[in-house]
Amino acid sequence: MSNIVVDKSKVPWWVSNVIVPLVNLTLALLVSGLFIFIAGENPIKAVKLIIYGSFGYIQGFAYTLYYTTNFIFTGLAFAVAFHCRLFNIGGEGQAYLGGLGVFLVAINLSFLPVPIVWLLAIFGAFLFGAAWAYIPAYLQSKRGSHVVITTIMFNFIASSLMIFLLVDVIRDTNQMAPHTVKLPKEIWLPSFEAFSGIFGIKIRYSPLNLTFLLAIASLFFVWFLVWKTKWGYEMRAVGHNTQAAIYAGISPHKNIIIAMCISGGLAGLLGVNEILGVNHKIQAGFPAGYGFTGIAVALMGRNHPIGILPAAFLFGILYQGGSEVTFEMPNITRYMFVAVQGLIILFSGALENLFRPQIESFFVRRLSKEVNV
Amino acid sequence: MEFLSDIASLINSTLRISTPLIFAAMAGIFAERSGVIDFSLEGKMLMAAFVAAVGSYYLGNPWLGLLLAIIACVCLSMLHGFASVTHKGDQVVSCVAINILIIGLTTALAAAWFGQAGLTPTLTENQRFLEINLPFADALREVPIIGIIYSDILSGHYVFVYLAYLSVPIVFWIVFKTSFGLRLRAVGENPSAVDTAGINVFTMRYKALAVNGVLIAFAGAHLSTAVNANFFREMSAGRGYLALAAMIFGKWHPKTALIACLLFGFTDALQIRLQGVELPAIGEIPVQLIQALPYILTVVLLAGFVGKAIAPNAIGQPYIKER
Repeated sequence: MSNIVVDKSKVPWWVSNVIVPLVNLTLALLVSGLFIFIAGENPIKAVKLIIYGSFGYIQGFAYTLYYTTNFIFTGLAFAVAFHCRLFNIGGEGQAYLGGLGVFLVAINLSFLPVPIVWLLAIFGAFLFGAAWAYIPAYLQSKRGSHVVITTIMFNFIASSLMIFLLVDVIRDTNQMAPHTVKLPKEIWLPSFEAFSGIFGIKIRYSPLNLTFLLAIASLFFVWFLVWKTKWGYEMRAVGHNTQAAIYAGISPHKNIIIAMCISGGLAGLLGVNEILGVNHKIQAGFPAGYGFTGIAVALMGRNHPIGILPAAFLFGILYQGGSEVTFEMPNITRYMFVAVQGLIILFSGALENLFRPQIESFFVRRLSKEVNV
Repeated sequence: MEFLSDIASLINSTLRISTPLIFAAMAGIFAERSGVIDFSLEGKMLMAAFVAAVGSYYLGNPWLGLLLAIIACVCLSMLHGFASVTHKGDQVVSCVAINILIIGLTTALAAAWFGQAGLTPTLTENQRFLEINLPFADALREVPIIGIIYSDILSGHYVFVYLAYLSVPIVFWIVFKTSFGLRLRAVGENPSAVDTAGINVFTMRYKALAVNGVLIAFAGAHLSTAVNANFFREMSAGRGYLALAAMIFGKWHPKTALIACLLFGFTDALQIRLQGVELPAIGEIPVQLIQALPYILTVVLLAGFVGKAIAPNAIGQPYIKER
């Protein structure tokens, strides 16, 4: 099976970057359907509900885009580090700290003009997320401790640190639950309902807010950074072949730090969406697994912004459509969609080479025949 | 006297809390010594807890539940091997996939089969493991010192606690004193040399993963059919990662990993007792700091500030046979 040898240079880009990921995604969704069947529900009905829940009405679609926003940030975070061959599994912890950055800036500087508060809060999110990624990056490049393990440990440390802060330091003392006070209303990011009124669409509530545009901007930022700047080139060079990069005069240390800090900063931007946009306060555990889902998003999107956008959108559909399914189907809980995520990571990440040789050689043979005729 | 019994109960809970960590760390040693990264200890432990609880509920016997848990965990290990050994997929990605898949699947199925709360039905006394009182434990209780050590510390644990401590010398013996262990370590250090010697690298790694699956199943069954009488969502609560930290802290060696597990178990046992207690000169220590301590210690160790943890040389690299 693995004996098939394919000349990589003859494989058209759309086979390896579109066809193969779609085949893997289909496999993951087929197995997911099997799980839904085992749980005692009809998978085809579930698919209909997912599509209705995420596209069928304007509020549902707004929720889909809200989730997409979070997945773009965490997906990009994983992808940037991965171009330097660094496995940043710490998106969860970096997002948590990013939320702290947003909150501290916003609450302390809320007297400034509103757009300036927003900009500074975004900067605060990026800075705190980057700082939390800096330590594992430093330890990787200077002390040789593997970034995967350090970032896993840092997720736990971040969680303990934030709970300590939420319980003992920045808790809203009028409340029993460990969360902070709400930010003043003037500095909340305008949400989608404010805009939709202009176009004559009336919806009651949606969590979609201006951060969505920040996410789209981040896609361009990452594309520009990784493929169009000297920094990006150096980062990719270190990732591909560290020894060669050193001979070319590129410092691995500097690039590991830059890649991880940008990665952590992007994960931190999740805090802008959640705190400045939606919840307006820090709640315990608000990153809620988005950091881990980012891994799936990046792997599906093949670590490129053009791939990450549809992948993030797909996960947005799964999340929002999934909650529609849990309303309608008593046997399905939101955890079923956590399992679906796991399957997508399995098939489009770990098992991505399962059918790749067969598919690629199939297309190479087909295309070479056409040329001969 | 009260002080002594406090200490005894602290040691007693340390032994109990460390048990799943020890099984998981030993499981991790097998996988990682063979050159396969295993971050999926968490997911496998959760799977074992779920399968053991459901299995012994339907079959009425906790040992059959344990058997099913072993089969389930070996299957997951084989899946990890299929992805990362046979298809040379990324080992870390495979582990992340297994962890997320199992967190979702166990809770989703528990909710679908047993109601929205995601709890499996409470097991009766026949369906779960009970605490074992060692012979003469009651008779010896009044004897000074020996009574405390034997009756209060050593006696009255679940069978898994004794098995866990038994597993450490066995793992040590297999890994360091048998030819299987020699091959296992060689495959993790220098697979191409092992290949040259005519040993199949892939088969070795699959065997190591199979042992890994068996060991981790005990950790999960301990959680859901001994300490607790049912499965609830995410009941492994990070113990798989803690065991991973212990394994690294123990430098991939059973004896030192055991010490690390005991240390982490002790900090956990201590943490429960220190809540709200004012210590002289230091004041009240935040619980969260003690909870984060194992992870901080591991980071410090990995950074080489205290000793040096060196992973098996070929870890994380899929083996590609040269043509």
